[in-house]
Amino acid sequence: MAAVTEPPQQAGWFEERLGLASLRAFLAHKTVPVHAQTLWYYFGGITLFLFVIQVLTGTLLLLYYRPSPAEAYESVQFIMTRVQFGWLIRSIHSWSANLMILTAFVHMFSVVFLRAFRRPRELTWLSGVVLLGLALAFGFSGYLLPWNTISYFATKVGTDMAAAVPLVGRNLARFLRGGSDVGGATLTRFFGFHVAVLPGITTILLLTHLALVQKHGMSSPPRVLEEHRRTGGAIPQMPFFPNFFLRELMAWYGALGVLGAMAAIFPWELGVKADPFAPAPAGIRPEWYFLAPFYTLKLIPSHVWIFEGELIGLLGFALLALWWVALPFWAVNSQGVERTRWVTGAGVALVGYLATFSALGYWR
Amino acid sequence: MDEPRRNLVRWLLGGGLSASLISFLYPAFKFMNPPDVPEASVNEVSAGKVQDLKPNTGKIVKFGSLPVLLVRTTETEWRAFSAVCTHLNCTVQYKESSHQMWCACHNGLYNLNGQVVSGPPPHPLEAYSVHIRGDEVVISRRA
Ligand code: FES
Repeated sequence: MAAVTEPPQQAGWFEERLGLASLRAFLAHKTVPVHAQTLWYYFGGITLFLFVIQVLTGTLLLLYYRPSPAEAYESVQFIMTRVQFGWLIRSIHSWSANLMILTAFVHMFSVVFLRAFRRPRELTWLSGVVLLGLALAFGFSGYLLPWNTISYFATKVGTDMAAAVPLVGRNLARFLRGGSDVGGATLTRFFGFHVAVLPGITTILLLTHLALVQKHGMSSPPRVLEEHRRTGGAIPQMPFFPNFFLRELMAWYGALGVLGAMAAIFPWELGVKADPFAPAPAGIRPEWYFLAPFYTLKLIPSHVWIFEGELIGLLGFALLALWWVALPFWAVNSQGVERTRWVTGAGVALVGYLATFSALGYWR
Repeated sequence: MDEPRRNLVRWLLGGGLSASLISFLYPAFKFMNPPDVPEASVNEVSAGKVQDLKPNTGKIVKFGSLPVLLVRTTETEWRAFSAVCTHLNCTVQYKESSHQMWCACHNGLYNLNGQVVSGPPPHPLEAYSVHIRGDEVVISRRA
């Protein structure tokens, strides 16, 4: 019988158990293209960093938060006034959520304008857009948790939109609310979504997204590729580790600086406790990232032809989202030629719509 | 193994897996659907004393689990409507300056008959009856 072979002695204890050499070799080979647009590569990483901050601060908030209408508002108040650094942790959680959605949008539009969604990265795009949707769902569900007036009405409006979905709308709204109207059951449900369901789905999808980015490497914009093809040179690359990594680290520090400053200078407000028997206060409006649909809803008349306005609005938003998700698939024609103008036009139009309607929703 | 037997095994395995998956998902799915909580049906509530509400003002009254907006339009005239906006479910308020009912969420306006004046609400507000019993204001559902 052959003797069991001993591993070579020179390999270290951890090396023998974890095989870190392959990871090191892998990191040594990973590179990032260097060109005029390299800056935009940092935004995905910043978004990831802010997500990690959300997980950490969210976990801390869980130690004191209580998800019931009688205690939710009071527990957040307790966090902000009695718990040491509670105001800071809660403020960072709110600010980081907003900054994360902002950087995710920047990341997405940079991908559109630099055409990084091109074949074979369609699934990376798809997972990214769904992740943005999840971020918005995080925002919507987390918004209700302090149980204040604004969030109470925002949730009423948001879940009532779901009720406008043909056929299944009523059931969908009931499912979201945990009953026929927004109340304690909704708060408990949204808490569950916010701290368990969404984090679970997001983790899986995020890992997929990162694995795909890893698999395909960083995309170089077609214009940069073209230039180098003409001059005959290859696009210069920088090693991912440590060069790009350290730069990204600096970007994270920058983001942390902005975050800390915002959280400390403009602490997130708590507002007034929700009262189901008080009218919606004047000047009510949602978080900035829902301002564009909010203002659109304000503009749509009560009836469009024989349909109710809210159905038209919902249908419009659904079609817009579908069209956007499908971007990589209509961005090339049947001959495989890129519809460059269409994509740029669509990107500019969407940025334009979001910017103007958000501004109008804010000021009017 | 020959082909038909292999297919049979495949079907058994696939069928078994699907069946167990459904048997897991069905209860989970049913669990997520909130049960109906029967509410004591309310037909009439007291909205306080006559002198508590000045003419040309309104207030929200609890009607079971629903908010109802009671408006005292003049010294002697009272009206009540469901305060739930027919657009997207916000709670409306009385606007003293224009003698209208207003929803702050998307600027929906209703007149004092509950009809939509402007904005996105698709239907009028449901009207309730108001009676004065002695010095007490009583709101009731319309028959
Ligand atoms: S909810 Fe009242 S106007 Fe939209």
